[in-house]
Amino acid sequence: MSKVLVIAEHDGETLNLSTSRTVACALALGPETIDVAVFAEAENKPAEAAARLNGVTRVLLVEHAANRNPVAAVLAPQVSALAKDYTHVLAPATTFGKDVLPRAAALLGVPQVSDIMRVLGRNVFERPIYAGNALETIETPPGIVVATVRTASFKAVAETGSAPVEKISLDFDCPTHTRFLRVEGSSGGGRPDLQSARVVVSGGRGLASKENFDLIYALADRLGAAVSASRAAVDAGFVPNDLQVGQTGKIIAPELYLAFGISGAIQHLAGIKDAGTIVAVNKDPDAPIFEVADIGLVGDLFEVLPALADALPKDKS
Amino acid sequence: MKVLVSVKRVVDYNVRIQVKPDGSGVMLDGVKMSMNPFDEIALEEAIRLKEAGKATQIVAVSIGPQAVQEQLRSALALGVDRAIHIPLDAAPQPVNAARALAGLARRENPDLILMGKQAIDDDCNQTPQMLAALLGWPQATFASKIELNDKSATVAREVDAGLEYLSVDLPAVISADLRLNIPRYPKLPDIMKARRLPIETVTPEDLGVEFVPEARLLKVAPPPKRQAGRKVASVDELVAALRERGLLS
Repeated sequence: MSKVLVIAEHDGETLNLSTSRTVACALALGPETIDVAVFAEAENKPAEAAARLNGVTRVLLVEHAANRNPVAAVLAPQVSALAKDYTHVLAPATTFGKDVLPRAAALLGVPQVSDIMRVLGRNVFERPIYAGNALETIETPPGIVVATVRTASFKAVAETGSAPVEKISLDFDCPTHTRFLRVEGSSGGGRPDLQSARVVVSGGRGLASKENFDLIYALADRLGAAVSASRAAVDAGFVPNDLQVGQTGKIIAPELYLAFGISGAIQHLAGIKDAGTIVAVNKDPDAPIFEVADIGLVGDLFEVLPALADALPKDKS
Repeated sequence: MKVLVSVKRVVDYNVRIQVKPDGSGVMLDGVKMSMNPFDEIALEEAIRLKEAGKATQIVAVSIGPQAVQEQLRSALALGVDRAIHIPLDAAPQPVNAARALAGLARRENPDLILMGKQAIDDDCNQTPQMLAALLGWPQATFASKIELNDKSATVAREVDAGLEYLSVDLPAVISADLRLNIPRYPKLPDIMKARRLPIETVTPEDLGVEFVPEARLLKVAPPPKRQAGRKVASVDELVAALRERGLLS
């Protein structure tokens, strides 16, 4: 039977939603147990949140001073030390999981599976390749399965559980060659998190300037939506890079994705293919985004954006 | 300072790939191949370090069949000092690519290894992290800015929350994100000159590399096609269509 270890992602205060979606992937393995490892200095709020996730057997709160702002080089030896009691080790395919898990897999001497989209068996998984233009089914060799989970492919689990939280301390070689300095967050503004938002309003090169992006923000606020952007808009300096959606940015799966002035390069489409409904507004009727859009409107976004905001119910937050 | 850069030969990023009808893989015959775009960025960064007088020698390495020498020639045209080919029938999966590169790093003793954050064919994003683990070196992944000091580097990393800054002791493995730099193109005379430059061949056996079992490919399929959408003619129609789908209150 499978015993799954899920590596929690948190910022010391809040458990990231990606953890819940990774637990959902763990459940798809039909496992005997699912333990969630929370690496922290001493804080246990994220551990308490992890204990409420349905399907979780135990939460392992791994306390260590170096786990305050842990870097991959500090986390990987801890993950690999814990891994020996499990058949599967899963982490979300966020920048956190992508940084840590390959390092842990290498310490364990096993391959790593990136971006699981579907569980087809204990050792058989489907994952995207070539920017999502093909899906490969692979079978991992005998040994511990170490994998990251594409969070957009799994729905968060309910939070009605009550797993015990066990404090543990690990004996491991803690490296000092890597020092965390700081994080400069750029998002915020009270908008929903891009990777968990129901609705996302996205702008591309067609917005033409940073100032014009205010039209995107205005519509997003009317819809209670998160804001994202194409690489072109990020490179042009219209928005910060953590709003980029695509093969090398964030992969999202909102119920509704509205794309304004985005042509739809394959690298961008890789980030939105799992969206429920895609709406595209573009003045070029031949833009590739229309090949995947459920609803398309050929028109000038500078007319459509304000008109659409006006047409929406005004009581939305 | 010696810098090692790994480059992978992949399907050009502009190509719309086709899945083989028998599900055995992706059609590669006659398809344009190029250096992985993230590796071009890593290489550019190494060249800039040399131009700034910080790097004294750049070594480029590629693993795979004879054809990867084409990408090594591009690296030579851009100004790397030495090119090393580790011959294998096909590019290994990251778990073994990292093992081969670790073997080479132990022989070459670079102060810095620069790599792309992911290859755009397998989209794995693993090899730099695995290599750093095997060498016991620090890693700084998804780098968008690198400041090299005497014995350490300060790196800005593109993470979900914004930018994270790390300080890593050297030697270290740093993987390049898109915004680290804009790679230059090789000049025609340099391309011509690079044709005559030597490429060293080093086998995995020479390096004492031990490979481990890889994942087995069972099937490749095209992604499910999205239902063809419809076009609306006005904002009112758009709002009505969204209401119809229950997406607006």
